[in-house]
Amino acid sequence: MALARPILACVFASALTLTARAEVAVTIGYLEQVTPAPPVLSNLDPLPENEGLAGAEVGLADNATTGRFLKQTYTLDVRVVPEDGDFLAAAQELLSVTPFVVVNAPADDLLALADHPDAADAVLFNAGAPETTLRNETCRQNILHTLPSRAMLTDALAQFAVRRKWTDWVMLAGTRTGDQAFAAAIAKSAEKFGVRLRETKTWEFDADMRRNAAQEVPLFTQDLAQHDLMIIADEPGDFGRYVAYNTWEPRPVAGTEGLVPVAWDRTVEQWGAAQLQNRFEEAAARDMRPIDYAAWAAVRSIGEAVTRTNTADRDTIRDYLFSEAFELAGFKGRPLTFRSWNGQLRQPIPLTNPRALVALAPLEGFLHQRTELDTLGIDQAETACTAFEE
Amino acid sequence: MRLSVLLAAVFAAGLAVPVAADEIWVSNEKDDTISVIDVETLEVTRTIDVGERPRGITFAIDHSVLYLCASDSDTVQVIDPETGKVLHELPSGEDPEQFVLHPDNRHLYIANEDDAITTVVDTETRTVIAQIDVGIEPEGMAVSPDGKIAITTSETTNMAHWIDTSSQQLFANTLVDQRPRHAEFTLDGSELWVSSEIGGTITVFDVASQAEKGKIGFEIKGIHPDRVQPVGFEMTKDGKYVFVALGPSNHIAVVDQKTYDVLDYILVGRRVWHMAFNGDESLLFTTNGVSGDVTVIDVAELAAVKSIKVGRFPWGAAYRPTN
Repeated sequence: MALARPILACVFASALTLTARAEVAVTIGYLEQVTPAPPVLSNLDPLPENEGLAGAEVGLADNATTGRFLKQTYTLDVRVVPEDGDFLAAAQELLSVTPFVVVNAPADDLLALADHPDAADAVLFNAGAPETTLRNETCRQNILHTLPSRAMLTDALAQFAVRRKWTDWVMLAGTRTGDQAFAAAIAKSAEKFGVRLRETKTWEFDADMRRNAAQEVPLFTQDLAQHDLMIIADEPGDFGRYVAYNTWEPRPVAGTEGLVPVAWDRTVEQWGAAQLQNRFEEAAARDMRPIDYAAWAAVRSIGEAVTRTNTADRDTIRDYLFSEAFELAGFKGRPLTFRSWNGQLRQPIPLTNPRALVALAPLEGFLHQRTELDTLGIDQAETACTAFEE
Repeated sequence: MRLSVLLAAVFAAGLAVPVAADEIWVSNEKDDTISVIDVETLEVTRTIDVGERPRGITFAIDHSVLYLCASDSDTVQVIDPETGKVLHELPSGEDPEQFVLHPDNRHLYIANEDDAITTVVDTETRTVIAQIDVGIEPEGMAVSPDGKIAITTSETTNMAHWIDTSSQQLFANTLVDQRPRHAEFTLDGSELWVSSEIGGTITVFDVASQAEKGKIGFEIKGIHPDRVQPVGFEMTKDGKYVFVALGPSNHIAVVDQKTYDVLDYILVGRRVWHMAFNGDESLLFTTNGVSGDVTVIDVAELAAVKSIKVGRFPWGAAYRPTN
């Protein structure tokens, strides 16, 4: 009964001998476009100014510790572009130094950068833009995505609802672009997993909910169709926080409020995550957030590729990232890899409430011929991305 | 007459209170306790309160004291196995997770998970004698049978770090697959085995050259390879088997120590983590973190025979002979 899985001889691993290593120096760029935070009703949760950068810095320290044993050194070259700054000029500066750039910027800026001639040979890591289209119709061969798409998040929520048989939904959606995009992703996920999205209402109130949520929300939700779960699509966290416990029907709330699908959250502590959380908290004096995680994963992906290939060569690194040998231990219980058809980092999605991890998608029972992780987001069979076809 | 009555009384008492059987001590990570299992009755006989987040657990070679990593108390506790009382605490560096006792029965090599350090503690003078910089999240610890080499594996750096115990310096660093968790030398000291949780493999090194000699993968029908995650493992002294805990796949693999072939898989509790044999290695006790129990495996039959409820998130296990 010899059941041992044959280990594929791996070109990368066999090329690796730890004796007689030449020194390798790697520069990783971090490029951020600062955007104005939209005004919200509550000032309870100010956004940290270094979301993203703090994650990249912890990733760099992780790389450096490993590099110390292998004569590999890592440098982070940081450009944070102010609201009225010249994003492309900063990008060009970075690209003259390194092809590896972690980008935390809106989708439009990211695309403008990817299409710039100087970026033709770059390996850009999208750590800040959740747009599903960036992984689909507008994908670029020089962009990898370590932040999950909105589709991955809402698919995770739909799987959870199906498991719990909460298959009748209604939705309250805000009016901002992100709210509408999240709402569209919810509708698509509902269709994909056989959930009935019975009604969507748009939240257009401009009253201050801190005072009268108790009066407004019951009336606003009174005439909604029968439902098991109320979805909130309110990405900046404007009105959503006032909905729970004020609805006409006693129903749980999910989406951007209540039960929330996220790339990362402070409540993730299994799978060794407590150690990453501790490292981050010690470095940044706050909890690690989704964009921090995406930037960390990008820097660690580069580090992992350099560790295994012992080079900073752009082509070798990119090939390695897409090879079967690449695996990132991302503290989510299984190895993370990049999708060959759109450059998205496959990853489990935590479903959290403010105080605990509720579930981790993909949930049991959602099967896939390749990996269950591909039940989340755009799968190969449905992709509209052609940029990665060789 | 009086004498015979007395003898009868002694005899009866002897029957009523059997000689204490050997024990398996289990650290419960999220209960801050140790569960003591009687190897004969396979029941928990004592539950002992210890420091915060107990993980690594090992007895002195003469079993006179127990050493316990109380990770969140940032200390190694020294416990009297008879009374269960904490005798004293050893300096351990921050967040001690796992450790190994040197064959000299005196020096503990401790992985400080949050600090990327291996701390060497003299248990007699109760002082730290060395701290060695290793990779991120050191975890697996091993020491060669001759005591010359100590090993630390680092989970995020993905290496086995080789420490010369005479100088307390690193002399080699060897890459393994993602998230190495545990390391063991073979009894003859010729091979080092390292498990990689996320990589899903065990790498076997030739100790003399530190060169990779073999790699073992695992495959369980109906379970995605991503969930087959080797963590703790133990080797039988007869050189026959290696039992490997496969984490969230809820199975123990039985590996041939010589050929590296996987011989069998045994279903145990959820998220199986570490394990310990009884004295004659006829039984194996596995800690199942998520289900909060210990599975008892009959080694001759390669079959699970019982599960025993312990505390929350049982982590490590250690054997204590009582006779």
